[in-house]
Amino acid sequence: MAFAAITPDPIDTAALLASVSAPGHGAVVLFVGTVRDHNDGRPVRGMRYDAYVAMAERVLTEIVEEAEAGRECSVAAVHRIGELDIGEASVAIGAASAHRADAYEASRYVIEELKRRLPVWKHEHYIDGESAWVAGVDPLKGSVHG
Amino acid sequence: MPTFEPMRIRVLLFALYRDLAGAEQLELELPTGATVQDLLSAVRQLPGLAALPARPALAINHEYAFDYETVLSAADEVALLPPVAGG
Repeated sequence: MAFAAITPDPIDTAALLASVSAPGHGAVVLFVGTVRDHNDGRPVRGMRYDAYVAMAERVLTEIVEEAEAGRECSVAAVHRIGELDIGEASVAIGAASAHRADAYEASRYVIEELKRRLPVWKHEHYIDGESAWVAGVDPLKGSVHG
Repeated sequence: MPTFEPMRIRVLLFALYRDLAGAEQLELELPTGATVQDLLSAVRQLPGLAALPARPALAINHEYAFDYETVLSAADEVALLPPVAGG
């Protein structure tokens, strides 16, 4: 059963895995995206994630449902917002299926699609005290419409 | 009664666009029947927002709206979305 959420709270990956596990699932894949201490060669000390929360929950739910469609698997995804330190999880995806191929594919689908179209933005804080918005992806380019 | 009464539309801004405008949302007065293209023209007149890209991404009621000829209604929640960077 698909599950998706945008949350200001630390991500509970154990709960995420539990939500997709089932007796018939012999493969469980967990992907965790974390805040990195550098970007384009520049030292980073933290990151703020902003989202259009109402839309992001809707879009993430759609992506998770798409990942499940046509595959025998259960998928759940959580994206965090707010101020995050280096090493903290910004996104986590759980995917479980009878055999590994579906779980790996579903997990990959969710992360690639959310990077393409989830209305979330990163404000990077650098060691030198400056901050900047991370250059993003135009969601128009990810659409079949143009 | 003529039906050309103006309608008020709320436009939400995020991330870079919020910084450009110095505001989290805009209230625009547009003629009834105005399209996304009309809204963008009005937005570009506002302080800081002349710098919007030629074809910014936009959502109407939480869905991407790719057609700039879409006709708006006063109840719509419109949002201007900078390039996204989740993950």
